[in-house]
Amino acid sequence: MTLAQFSRLDRRWVFLAMLLAVAVPMLARLRFPESPSSRIRDVFYAIEKLPAGSRVLIALDYDPASEGELGPMSAAFVRHCCEKRLKMYFITLWDRGPPIIAKQTQLIRREYPQFRYGEDYVDFGFRAGERGVIKNVMSNLRADISGDYLGTSLEELPLTKNLKSFAEMDLLICVGSGSPGPQEWIQYAAAQYDLPMLCGSPGVQAPQLYPYLPKPLVGILAAIKGAAEYEQQLLLGYPQLREREDAQEGLRRMGPQLVAHVLVVLLIAAGNFAFWAERRQRPRAAGTATSTGAEAGTA
Amino acid sequence: MKSTTALWTFLFVAGLLALVARGVVTGAGSRYVRAVEVKSAAGEVQWTRYESVPPKALGEPGVTVSRPRTLGLWISALLTLATFSLLYGDNIWFKLAQSLVVGVAAGFAVVTGFWTMIVPNLFAKLAPDAARNTFVPGLEPGTSSDWWSLIPLLLCAMMLWRLSPRGGWISRWPLAFFIGLTAGLQLVSIFKADFVDQISGTMLPLVVLKDSGIDVWKSIRNVLIVGSVLSVLVYFLFSVEHKGLVGRVARLGIGVLMITFGASFGMTVMGRISLLAARLQFLFDDWLWMIDPLGTRTVL
Repeated sequence: MTLAQFSRLDRRWVFLAMLLAVAVPMLARLRFPESPSSRIRDVFYAIEKLPAGSRVLIALDYDPASEGELGPMSAAFVRHCCEKRLKMYFITLWDRGPPIIAKQTQLIRREYPQFRYGEDYVDFGFRAGERGVIKNVMSNLRADISGDYLGTSLEELPLTKNLKSFAEMDLLICVGSGSPGPQEWIQYAAAQYDLPMLCGSPGVQAPQLYPYLPKPLVGILAAIKGAAEYEQQLLLGYPQLREREDAQEGLRRMGPQLVAHVLVVLLIAAGNFAFWAERRQRPRAAGTATSTGAEAGTA
Repeated sequence: MKSTTALWTFLFVAGLLALVARGVVTGAGSRYVRAVEVKSAAGEVQWTRYESVPPKALGEPGVTVSRPRTLGLWISALLTLATFSLLYGDNIWFKLAQSLVVGVAAGFAVVTGFWTMIVPNLFAKLAPDAARNTFVPGLEPGTSSDWWSLIPLLLCAMMLWRLSPRGGWISRWPLAFFIGLTAGLQLVSIFKADFVDQISGTMLPLVVLKDSGIDVWKSIRNVLIVGSVLSVLVYFLFSVEHKGLVGRVARLGIGVLMITFGASFGMTVMGRISLLAARLQFLFDDWLWMIDPLGTRTVL
């Protein structure tokens, strides 16, 4: 293939290469070892240091479009809270969020059948009002919420009977992919009420959240890499999870990630090389044309 | 019909028929459910709930193929392929999938907004008894009407006045109210998290001491943080000409910004690949049964 042909390469070949780069490792079950970084260990120990029975607010502010990236980290957070016997309060500010919460409550029912709804976890479902909801529930829960997602009164649920506001939580976890999401929970809840907060974020949003570390944000899981490292840390801390394949979703996804990233790096290098080589050829051609023109003018 | 369109339509239909035949013969692409009876405290069966179960549970009591969920699986798989087809070129299947997503999302948002916003926050507050007897049975008895809720109702009506051919200016008043309210709320909240905390987070010791001397790595990290912030601020200082020392620091600021954008690009690529991997896993695992990472059945 000549340089000119390479420069005019139909981009659909790139798409096909990317498809194969992701599909083949998946079909071949390619996996690589992960080692948790210090940032991931901060997330792990923020939950680990909580005594059993502590209250954790889990805001899942994303929709099925981000499930592929954020689903594994939500599941890992929930498993960790269950292993620590923490009390979980689920809420979403996205109208397409309730199925996301349902997936996590199904996980609790399936893997931790000893957990009871209303006593160990409660689902407030979708709450409309974006920032206004956060503002309200942090100061007075009953100003915005009168019952759980099914309409059961707060007074009838042991977990919420004596709860006045979400400011009484011991930890806030937000897994979110936009607005309202982690940034709003940081601005209206964590920073205002000095509430320790962890968040899970898609790769595209993570750089905007890093400036909030280490205060008011205690830790962040960024993209599927963050989820995979956190899962690895969970496996180290709770070896019984090694037998559960569904507790290693992020780790499985890192095989295709690595191959696809190598492909992207190669494509960037090849593209830059082609650009550089073309630019080297261009002045010579231009120079030749100029000298020929000058000679013709002289003649 | 163009010959290429006919060819692609033929290939699409043939592929679909082959997949249906494979599904019928092997069971791939089927969803299974178990019927679970939900009983009251008195032990009476209130209703039956259908829980998804893995294919290997087939044969256990109460486990059957769920036709609606199987159909849903096939529709989502075909819509996934239709969406991917844009990468080859714009076509009617992609447009169909795109329109369906937009339409379903809009409809879902309207219905969810009505039942979670209008009903509990307006209807239940203005007429609690009527709400308890109809849509909100969990509402506490003895709740009295909250007439303050008439104000948001009035604001909503004023907002919708924009649709009227006369008096469109009325909608500007609720809009002004919402903008003022949001600005006030944002100012207070953002000031703490995005201003005060950011400044205090940058006030770091450039030399970090520990028991046995200087903590070199932490010192380097702090110098990098403080230096990067200052150099980027200098880059955005347009009232001074970027020449000499200021110019060199501003160029350093550009470098820091480039590194940030590069990290952002890398993270975005990672995110997009994750989404692609998730869709492919759905196709290979749930639909085609080509892989079985969770050990829920035999791989075909």
